[in-house]
Amino acid sequence: MAKVRGKVTFKEHLCKGCELCTTVCPVNIVKMAKDRINAKGYHPATVYEMEKCIACGNCATTCPDTVIEVERIRDNG
Amino acid sequence: MAKVLMKGNEAIGAAAIKAGCKFFFGYPITPQSELPEYMAREMPKAGATFLQAESEVAAINMVYGAAGAGARVMTSSSSPGISLKQEGISYIAGAELPCVIVNIIRGGPGLGGIQPAQSDYFQATKGGGHGDYKMVVLAPASVQELTDLLMEGFDIADQYRNPVMIIGDGMLGQMMEPVELREPKKRNLPPKDWATTGTGGRGHTNVINSLFIDPAECEKHNLKLKAKFDEMEKNEKKYEIYNCDNPDIIVAAYGTTSRIVKTAIDKCKDEGINVGLIRPISLWPFPYEVFEEYADRAKAFLSVEMSLGQMVEDVKLGVNGKKPVYFYGRTGGMVPVPDDIVAEIKKILGGAK
Amino acid sequence: MAEMVFQRTKGLQDRPFHYCPGCTHGIIHRLVAEVLEELGVLDKAIGVAPVGCSVFAYDYFNCDMQEAAHGRAPAVATGIKRVHPDKVVFTYQGDGDLASIGTAEIVHAAMRGEKITTIFVNNAIYGMTGGQMAPTTLVGQKATTSPFGRDKNHAGSPIRMSEMLATLEGPAYIERVTVTTPAHIRKAKKAIRKAFEAQIEGKGFTMIEVLSTCPTNWGMSPVEALRWLEENMIPYYPLGVYKASEEVK
Repeated sequence: MAKVRGKVTFKEHLCKGCELCTTVCPVNIVKMAKDRINAKGYHPATVYEMEKCIACGNCATTCPDTVIEVERIRDNG
Repeated sequence: MAKVLMKGNEAIGAAAIKAGCKFFFGYPITPQSELPEYMAREMPKAGATFLQAESEVAAINMVYGAAGAGARVMTSSSSPGISLKQEGISYIAGAELPCVIVNIIRGGPGLGGIQPAQSDYFQATKGGGHGDYKMVVLAPASVQELTDLLMEGFDIADQYRNPVMIIGDGMLGQMMEPVELREPKKRNLPPKDWATTGTGGRGHTNVINSLFIDPAECEKHNLKLKAKFDEMEKNEKKYEIYNCDNPDIIVAAYGTTSRIVKTAIDKCKDEGINVGLIRPISLWPFPYEVFEEYADRAKAFLSVEMSLGQMVEDVKLGVNGKKPVYFYGRTGGMVPVPDDIVAEIKKILGGAK
Repeated sequence: MAEMVFQRTKGLQDRPFHYCPGCTHGIIHRLVAEVLEELGVLDKAIGVAPVGCSVFAYDYFNCDMQEAAHGRAPAVATGIKRVHPDKVVFTYQGDGDLASIGTAEIVHAAMRGEKITTIFVNNAIYGMTGGQMAPTTLVGQKATTSPFGRDKNHAGSPIRMSEMLATLEGPAYIERVTVTTPAHIRKAKKAIRKAFEAQIEGKGFTMIEVLSTCPTNWGMSPVEALRWLEENMIPYYPLGVYKASEEVK
């Protein structure tokens, strides 16, 4: 059976660190990267456990700065 | 076309339609309401749109939108209404949009009165709205000239992407005179490729805007506008020289006042006084050089206006101190009569002997 | 095999927003742009930007734009739509612009049933000028010109524009939405789409009011601001459809 998982990509340089995306993830994997700051001076949002992503798109829907792109990946077999 | 007898306010409408004006946005105010009434009646027949706005402020902003969308468009009002339009006029000049604005001037300040006046000269020529901008201001003296200038005004607006104002007063608006609608001299008008028409296949977006938040950019925009105003100053001066070959005194007057002055000139002639007239037709750009040129020919200048002295300041700049410049005016809707102008001239010449 | 679930719409130009962190203007811009793209009308859309925080909207939408004087966007849009009745014309206005200085223009555009779509972003404050009291500021809400909280006896009660405009015959569709959760955001997009569709079908004036935040001037984190909106604004400004003419229903 095909397994569906998601992949989110962050254009980190656009992130303003508002944290809205971190509050809407149903599997609670969107975090602020406290180990780095971007050119705007914010800790950008990121995902450390990508394998848990279900490609719901909530983070991207909520992001005011269109930082996030979401892909749905089907692994056959 | 044969001449037809038309009332000034209606002749404006007929001339605008003839000039291809497709949109009119206005608001009723005395003494120009015949114009929107005429437009409401006649524009639909010409496939054009008349819309009564909720205010003069809205009307001028509808003009902004329609001009920005590439249409030939006009509005009209009278003094208090023109004051309300100043915001929009400044934005229109800033965003470089072509349109024609008619002001049938009445007495002020405030609600003033509804009778003829010329007390909006400063507002029209010195920038009634905010910022460094200019617009061509044309002041016809007859209904024929009113239609000629109005039709040419649309071309001037399109040529420079700038608002053009036509000013008159209740006398001009209400008087009936024979008129022939004549095409203005052909100008090379640039295509309106800047207009917001939807990008279609254009490949880029068009933006109509007067905001330049970076001061360096804002200054650059102002300098670009200034270069345009300089061109207008070079190309668009209009005036009439009347009886100025050997005058004792030269009167400066524009619009309907100039016709009263011409009667006064005839009366003076009967008494052996030779009076010339310089009639600025474009109040901006003002024909300063003409006054300087004629300053050697006369003993003095007299500016006659239906105001308490507005154009006289430009006359002084033109005469440039070479001769004394006097002023005579009535205001608040009172119209100067020829005998009073004659008396004023005699008083000046008596003193100048 | 991979498919894109979410990517930036072509309705927006490739330019970062200047808005403060967590400002919901970014979400609302995106929704409008997505709808224009999905309806296939980007090349025939003409937008009108207001004065306020979204004054630079003309830099973001990927369609022809005009920048209007404060509050005058509905009059400017009227001029545009009368010239181009076959084009899709919209205004994007904040609450100071639409509900204060531009009340006459919005009321009369709605009254005439101008076939335009107004996106009304209501965050109960003046953002760009620094957090002054707006006509939509809630009673008791602090702003720089109501430092002790809006006093009803002094400044009156906030104006509900959707309800007020819904009393007119001209509007074809008026709905109030918000963008505090992904579900609300999806609903807001549906409303915006419905409004544009009604315009395209020539039904009349359409307006979508979007309750929105101003974390900076409210003095809250973006996450706190969304919760404050839900707890304080929605009770006074209930979400829902306020006008749907027979044809739009």
